[in-house]
Amino acid sequence: MRQRIPLIICFICGLTMAVQFFIPHQYSQAVYSEAVNWLRVIGVFGFVIGFGTLINIHVRRVMRGGANAPYSLVLLLGLFGTIIAWLIDREKERFFDWIFYNVQMPLDSTIFSLLAFFIVSAAYRAFRARTLEATLLLVAAVLVMIGNIPITDVVWGWLAEKLGLKEGLPGEVKDWILAVPNMASRRAIYLGVGLGGVAQSLKIILGIERAHFGGGG
Amino acid sequence: MRARIRWAIYLLVFLSVLIPMLTGISFPVGRISESTQAVFDYIESLPEGSVVAISFDYGPSVIPDVQPIAKALIAHCFKRNLKVMGFALWPTGEPLGRRAFEEVAEKMGKVYGEDYVYFGYRAGYSTVMLQMGEDIRKVFEQDYRKTPTDRIPMMKHIRNYKDIDLLVDLAAGDSVETWIVYAYTKFGQKLAAGVTGVIVSQMYPYIQAGQLVGVIPAMRGGAEYEELIDYSKLLGEPGMAKTGMSIQSIVHLLLMILIAIGNLEFVMMRRRR
Amino acid sequence: MEAISMWVAAILTLCIYSFLYKDNPFYKFAEHLFVGVAMGYSAVLTFRDGFIPYVWKYLKAGIVGERISYAVVDLWRDTAEVFVLRQTEPERLLVILPTIIGLCFFARFIPRISWLVRYPIAFTLGLGTGIALPLGLQMNIYQQMYGTLSPFGMISKLSPFQIFNAVLMLVGVVCTLTYFFFSAEHRGGIRWVSRIGVIFLMIGFGSAFGNTVMGRVSLLIGRMFFLRDWVNEVIREVSAIFG
Repeated sequence: MRQRIPLIICFICGLTMAVQFFIPHQYSQAVYSEAVNWLRVIGVFGFVIGFGTLINIHVRRVMRGGANAPYSLVLLLGLFGTIIAWLIDREKERFFDWIFYNVQMPLDSTIFSLLAFFIVSAAYRAFRARTLEATLLLVAAVLVMIGNIPITDVVWGWLAEKLGLKEGLPGEVKDWILAVPNMASRRAIYLGVGLGGVAQSLKIILGIERAHFGGGG
Repeated sequence: MRARIRWAIYLLVFLSVLIPMLTGISFPVGRISESTQAVFDYIESLPEGSVVAISFDYGPSVIPDVQPIAKALIAHCFKRNLKVMGFALWPTGEPLGRRAFEEVAEKMGKVYGEDYVYFGYRAGYSTVMLQMGEDIRKVFEQDYRKTPTDRIPMMKHIRNYKDIDLLVDLAAGDSVETWIVYAYTKFGQKLAAGVTGVIVSQMYPYIQAGQLVGVIPAMRGGAEYEELIDYSKLLGEPGMAKTGMSIQSIVHLLLMILIAIGNLEFVMMRRRR
Repeated sequence: MEAISMWVAAILTLCIYSFLYKDNPFYKFAEHLFVGVAMGYSAVLTFRDGFIPYVWKYLKAGIVGERISYAVVDLWRDTAEVFVLRQTEPERLLVILPTIIGLCFFARFIPRISWLVRYPIAFTLGLGTGIALPLGLQMNIYQQMYGTLSPFGMISKLSPFQIFNAVLMLVGVVCTLTYFFFSAEHRGGIRWVSRIGVIFLMIGFGSAFGNTVMGRVSLLIGRMFFLRDWVNEVIREVSAIFG
């Protein structure tokens, strides 16, 4: 019973919304409108799952002690500190803004900038023309990189003038790779994703796929 | 030994950014990508007073990639006397959008509420996109300054997608696809995008199928857009993307040299065997 | 204050970069601080720009009987003289129902009633998939097929190079799809077709890598610009002290 009712709800909601799409009537539109309203209200509360789980894990770590406990404490202080910063100056949000611009922004951007070092190091160690496929991958990557950087236009412009070559060719090659072979492979993936998505949606609506409801009950 | 090679590569990467940055090396942007040109041309074709909406769906982790696009795009709209409304569906996009508007509007002497409006962040993602198709006021009942939407002069005639001539999604994730599903497919909203380097390649099927007007690809696209609108003249400051792309040239060259060395080593090792 | 802000941001930046040497306590500190602050930030924004406008405002207005500030421009009279009250009180109170369903998410943390969490999931998934199903079909299948085949509808207007591109695109799509077709064994003709599909996939992945490099490097450039500004600030401060 604990699982059957949610399954029925899921089925009715899914079917109603899918059918509604094909009925451009004002009542159907009203149902749709209210459904979207419900969706956004329920969605707001969905945040507590991630929020609660994170707090749960790190409070437990702090209580248990050990080498990682101080870091979990830092995490919790950061989390509640940000919330308190907002609460104490809700009108102008000065402290809250300060935390965003001077703590979150540098941390976020620096963590992701580490990837520049890793990607260069990984390319040196792993980007090898071992097979035909790997060679194609490498050639496509290099051609796109060459087409992306402005220095290419300077060098190519000079070469084009000396040797009578077509101007802007590297950029055109890059655009062609992206717009034709790359696009064809992406499109095939999207068609596959689309078909898979439809199948998955039908399985959810019809209650064949139940993993999201978890076990028990 | 491996760790030393790794650190040596890190040092080379660091120097390949530092040296051109300190020497102020600069290359012309060169050829404009077709996808960037398409966005520019579309905005150019809009009559004065048309409405362009910008969704700031990214965070601080991609500022150098997307923020220059945001500023150049806003500057272009202001130059053409278009009305611009902005909002964020990513929480972290909210202050970045606000900053982009404030910086450009101040330099171009544009008036808040008349030439542009910023709504800030709204939770709900796809539901926001869907409700904007019905009535923008359902999700944005007030702007980020807490002024009711109906009291904002610019918003007087803007009710839903029908009144928005172009919506540009500045994205670092899957928001472009979501906009295509809920705004283009359901409501026929004209869309364009400015995206990070990581997702540029994914956008091409949508451009070819007409689901997107065009795409401004990352820092390269930002530099191209800055060039197209003559950004430095317009705002009196050098374009961040254009400066960045000159440095990119050196790092890219380093990477290609390293790939070549790696492959040479590989060939030699195979011959020895 | 600006100098302090810059110092805080610079120290945190250097803490993260210390990871390039090896994992260390400074990096771990900065990493955990980032997760905490980011979660706190999201929590505030979800509350401020989600719970308050979508839930609290309606509940309050419904209970107190207060007029909702959300109003609609009267388009017919073309005026900003607004406040066409769209919702009657019982309608406003309707928000209680999804609120109760949403509150069931909290049951996740109470083992005895944790099964209640299935209700908001059922509504969200049901409504979400129902809305997305026809739209996804249109976006990913019809429109993509249209894009692939539409150039052939105007073939007489295309240049030889454009025709070549259109054919190549069609071949690429079919071959790549064949590679993902697992209902038949990849032997003989199918094997060759799917191999061509792999070639297209590799070119696609290669171009994605080429653009990803640009994306990653631009982040580093952004941070280096910040560090340069910080070093300039330090030099300015030091020279102000020592003259």
